[in-house]
Amino acid sequence: MNTRPAATKITWLVGAAVFVVVAIVTALVIGPTSIDRTGTLLELFDAVTPGDIDSGLNERQISIVRNLRLPRIALGLLVGAALATAGATYQGVFQNPLADPYLLGVAAGGGLGATIAFIYDLGDGRGFLDMVQILAFIGALSSVALTWTIGVLGDRTRASTSLILAGVAVASFFTAIQTFLQQQDTDDLRQVYTWFLGGLNTSGWTEVLQLFPVAAICLTLLALAGRTLDILSVGDDEASMLGLSVGRTRIVLVVVASLLTAAAVAVSGLIAFVGLIVPHTVRLLFGSSYRVIVPMSIAVGAGFLVLSDLVARTALTPAELPIGVVTAFFGAPFFVVILRTASRT
Amino acid sequence: MTVTKTTALLAEDVGVSIKDTVLLRNVSLSIDEGSWMSIIGPNGAGKSTLLRALAGSVKPEGRIDIFGQDVQKISGRERAKLVSWVPQTPTIPQGMNVLDYVLLGRTPHLSPLAVPSTADVEIAQNILAELDLSEMSGRTVETLSGGERQRAVIGRALVQEAPILLLDEPTSALDLGHQQEVLRLLDRLRQNSRRTIITTMHDLTLAGQFADQLILLADGGVVAEGSAVSVLTEKHISAYYGAEVHVNRQGNSVLVVPRIDQADSAPFPERAPHSPTNPENSHGN
Repeated sequence: MNTRPAATKITWLVGAAVFVVVAIVTALVIGPTSIDRTGTLLELFDAVTPGDIDSGLNERQISIVRNLRLPRIALGLLVGAALATAGATYQGVFQNPLADPYLLGVAAGGGLGATIAFIYDLGDGRGFLDMVQILAFIGALSSVALTWTIGVLGDRTRASTSLILAGVAVASFFTAIQTFLQQQDTDDLRQVYTWFLGGLNTSGWTEVLQLFPVAAICLTLLALAGRTLDILSVGDDEASMLGLSVGRTRIVLVVVASLLTAAAVAVSGLIAFVGLIVPHTVRLLFGSSYRVIVPMSIAVGAGFLVLSDLVARTALTPAELPIGVVTAFFGAPFFVVILRTASRT
Repeated sequence: MTVTKTTALLAEDVGVSIKDTVLLRNVSLSIDEGSWMSIIGPNGAGKSTLLRALAGSVKPEGRIDIFGQDVQKISGRERAKLVSWVPQTPTIPQGMNVLDYVLLGRTPHLSPLAVPSTADVEIAQNILAELDLSEMSGRTVETLSGGERQRAVIGRALVQEAPILLLDEPTSALDLGHQQEVLRLLDRLRQNSRRTIITTMHDLTLAGQFADQLILLADGGVVAEGSAVSVLTEKHISAYYGAEVHVNRQGNSVLVVPRIDQADSAPFPERAPHSPTNPENSHGN
């Protein structure tokens, strides 16, 4: 819970909104192709307002802004928010600071699904409901379901630990199958490898529209569950004596966070570090209440991934860096700075 | 005016076992609404286990009724409206301020995704004032001293506004002044709002001072129960605590003072085991 003065909360919310807007504008006006910045911003206003504004850009430039940069930014916002929020939720549910969205085997399951799609030439990972996305989604959710089934068979008094260990076992098993399949067909090695490093390459708005409904519903639910995560932080026994149905709550939160992660992984591959680093940065900057951590993770995760993607697509123009490399390369030192600053204050 | 006695909590043949280890056996007790029961006994006697069973935190054998309802058959939320629990070693969440922490006690009164209202905050602030914690309300719980932290945990239980309060060693981390303050607050709540208090306590004098009824546990079973005068005897304390004490009685008050004049006494005297044939098992009523 957060009963901080309303002014503080408003300042944080405004700060988070400004960060996201700055990230969007920066990512929109900078790119491998040089486009007039004022014109780009006018094109953005034209896209989001009902009136007709002449941006002064030519057809090709308008297409780059509207069909390449904007959907890519929108996808970055959704995937960043999804991974950061799922990570925060997992950390709260399992009371484990090392928990990330891939804790229960989502990465390995998604990876296996995507690998199957690549090696049997079922899709390329782009477009609406591409088979790579569908199989990655199914694989990710299957691994969580299997982890849960194995985890609850274990010692019920150590349910969280059992689940995490089951996640390790399931991930190892799925990774073994994935590696075996990949070894059988090395032609697709590059595609599989690229998918594993994650990326926000889109074929337009289709991926955004595909992820949006799931992300909107799951993010809303998790943002409302901040207080519930706070209650879980006093431990299962005490939370139960406060009237919380701990087992049921944990299932619901894990299902929602896993669904969110699987939907994000399906369209963006595996983007490391966001789900771990963003919630911790938010925690260090704004406190430990999940009523703050979850909404701020949505904003900071969204902005962080959009800026990371900007670096990924511009640092080695015309080539692109895998976004996972950027999130880890810039995220890790930034996190160390935050950690040191917070420990001094 | 006659006050009708309502049974707040009734336990019949309650037992708790974990795998093959029996932690509690055949405990039966009844406590009226608005009264105070203290569960005493040496370490490992089963005091906390009994409290947890009464709280519905562990599933016992036998039956426990809270205001006539089987505790195992009511929802956790309904149970939390009837019973609040102060654990012996509470889990303190990192980074949560005192007011937020105490407000967790409002959980059973809020719908699942709701946040505390102004009225809830007011209830919490009043309790913090009663516990002398108002000035600490913005501090994080982990930065409080042991005593302040203990009062914050008690505050969370009081904010729950349940008619039955179960407190596991509520004064163990408090200095003498705060011990008195907290116990007097609980006593006021008992008298003014007919709260029913059940505590486990190691301080036998305090237990005798505040409780209407004492239950002495040893090896998971009840070995004596009744008033402080009947339970707090030198014989019982010697047999079950292995301690040599003076027991001074003044009216209904009992003062238990450790004897330090036994130079030749063994450091850890033999304790009486709990068994049906042991003469000490006769209830003190």
